[in-house]
Amino acid sequence: MARKILLHDIDVANLTDFNVYRNLGGYTAVEKMFKNFTPDQLTEEVKKSGLRGRGGAGFPTGLKWSFLDKKTDKPRYFVCNFDESEPGTFKDRHIGQLNPHQLIEGMILGSYALGVRTAYVYIRGELFYVLKIIEKAIEEAYQNGFLGENIKGSAYSLDLYCQPGAGAYICGEETALLESLEGKRGNPRIKPPFPAVVGLYGCPTVVNNVETIASLPWIINNGAEAYAAIGTEKSKGTKLISACGHINKPGVYEIELGLPVEEFIYSDEYCGGIRNGNKLKAVIAGGSSVPILPAELILKTAKGEPRLLSYESLEEGGFETGTMLGSGGFIVMDDTTCMVKSLLTYARFYHHESCGQCSPCREGTGWMENILRRIDTGKGSMKDIDLLVHIAKHVEGNTICPLGDAAAWPVASAIRHFREEFEEHIKLQQCRFTK
Amino acid sequence: MSLYKVTIDNIEVEVEAGTTILNAARKIGGKVVPPAMCYYSKLEDSGGKCRSCLVKVSQTSATDSRPMPKLVASCRTMVQDGMQVQNTTSAEVLESRKAVTEFLLLNHPLDCPVCDQAGECHLQDLSYEHGLEETNTEEERRTFEPIDIGDYIKLNMNRCILCYRCIMVADQLTDKRHHGVLGRGDHCEIGTYIQKAVDNDFSGNMIDVCPVGALTDRTFRFKSRVWYTNPFDAHRECDKCSGKTVLWLKGEDILRVTGRKDKYGELEEFICNDCRFHHKDIKDWILEGPRKIERHSVISQNHYENKSTSGDNITQ
Repeated sequence: MARKILLHDIDVANLTDFNVYRNLGGYTAVEKMFKNFTPDQLTEEVKKSGLRGRGGAGFPTGLKWSFLDKKTDKPRYFVCNFDESEPGTFKDRHIGQLNPHQLIEGMILGSYALGVRTAYVYIRGELFYVLKIIEKAIEEAYQNGFLGENIKGSAYSLDLYCQPGAGAYICGEETALLESLEGKRGNPRIKPPFPAVVGLYGCPTVVNNVETIASLPWIINNGAEAYAAIGTEKSKGTKLISACGHINKPGVYEIELGLPVEEFIYSDEYCGGIRNGNKLKAVIAGGSSVPILPAELILKTAKGEPRLLSYESLEEGGFETGTMLGSGGFIVMDDTTCMVKSLLTYARFYHHESCGQCSPCREGTGWMENILRRIDTGKGSMKDIDLLVHIAKHVEGNTICPLGDAAAWPVASAIRHFREEFEEHIKLQQCRFTK
Repeated sequence: MSLYKVTIDNIEVEVEAGTTILNAARKIGGKVVPPAMCYYSKLEDSGGKCRSCLVKVSQTSATDSRPMPKLVASCRTMVQDGMQVQNTTSAEVLESRKAVTEFLLLNHPLDCPVCDQAGECHLQDLSYEHGLEETNTEEERRTFEPIDIGDYIKLNMNRCILCYRCIMVADQLTDKRHHGVLGRGDHCEIGTYIQKAVDNDFSGNMIDVCPVGALTDRTFRFKSRVWYTNPFDAHRECDKCSGKTVLWLKGEDILRVTGRKDKYGELEEFICNDCRFHHKDIKDWILEGPRKIERHSVISQNHYENKSTSGDNITQ
């Protein structure tokens, strides 16, 4: 069995209750923090652990913290990005719903390291039931002296609030999240300046993902070296993978980074193989926005080495033959899946979720959906395929925020790896899989 | 203030720290200036949205010789000392500008013959210079009914490119904003929720900042093509604004009053609705003389000459 850091106690009954969590050693990291660490030392410890942002980009967390502008007199903010809405990703919800105190403990650790007096958890609006769980946990943390004035008799005070969004995927982009948190329309900001300098209410701000923050208590309790000992050279620690699609055992799994993809899909400890004994066709390894890979490239790299679940192994081969670890939304498709239809589903999503601020994304996402719908309904022509490639190419990299890339990569990669299926769809004027 | 040396399309210029690439290019002038559909120097926080001004930074600064990984919006990217920028000398930039133009026209009607903005429309100019000869799309355009958003302003949402300039005018110039962007993605529309809600002394400037024909002057609607009117600089005593305007005359009749625009189509000064809409009698004004219009627009520049295969001059 792999080591469990985030999901170690997840099956304990009533874990959302403060006392249950506390009796399992909860909040000891906060006590240890006051005893052993200055804020800067804590930041150093996180740097040493090699923890990388789990929201999708994989940016080193300690490094992100050290960019925070500490020279100004302005207040600083720490924000937890709980706007988990990437299709295929449902790992943060798992933590928030079942172990909210782990997140709160992590928020306290992060806030202390960053010298923050007020912190926020920005939660996706659709997860209202999770919001209630977190608010109850925050209330308990206040009652037990872990939040509020002079936490546990120290000089440090922290207030924590949980704020729901109003149902927009784009508010998971950190600057759109900050706009939304300020009560404005959730349009991403133009960067620079970055949130570390001008963030929430114009003040220096750090935004971290739920899983990143929930990893902090273990790192402080067990030490950065222990965390860095897990995983590979560039991918330290464990990662939650939310596996879904045509597998026997969908669910949220914690893996040690560096686990072979093949083992993850076929071992009974994880996905348990493909449903009905079908053949694996393709995998989207890190949430819907990363490039899709066909079976032969997800199991082995183009060089023939086994593909591992780690940042560097999944990126091996660039976008030609590789993909990204992303947020860990692992979508498995078997050989009954129509690539055109599945791509149309994603294109429709990105069209619906584009904020409409910059022209390539606003116009390009809708255009790609229209063309895919045309192909899907048997009215496409061969030049539509090249047109899709053309649109994806010019949306990618030319937009204000990464949503444009997220909309373009699935299209570009599906055509790169499954072009003949698109051509067949157009020639037959119908879908081979659903007829 | 320290001066930074920047090179744009192999032309060197010295600008103050904190200047954007676009404004550095404007300091050089001419062909190196990227087009700007949403940036407006007099409106704080404008720009970055249309992506027509994307340029390539081939060297970040004197101390960092690396290129920037992506094309950058020149209107929102500050120069650094020793920065090397490519605008028209980069095939990548021109290709992406072509694509941006294509995106902007995807849902924009080609109704220039009945659009009051024709002749002074920035999208018309952009599509002339960077548009495709033939369209790639067979999609239907999204359509809206034109509405009156105030007594003086007609909103034709079909033509809007969502530059957000009119919203910034309302935010930064008037006491209260009554319109905004409703909806998301390509369902976005400029709207007031309650019709005819826009009513304040400076709302008319929304018309002047609109780069396309989405917001037009109801008092000028269908009166004349702009190129049949004669612009004159004029002024009057006004207690709300400077009173410095351009009168667009046909004979002795004032068909339209606008602010004075510079060569980038930006107002020199914002004017009040009183001057713009309520003084259409020539006796109200002191005429200064004919307005020199920068010959940048497609129609005034005889650009269509280049299209002639015979090489003959086609005069309008």
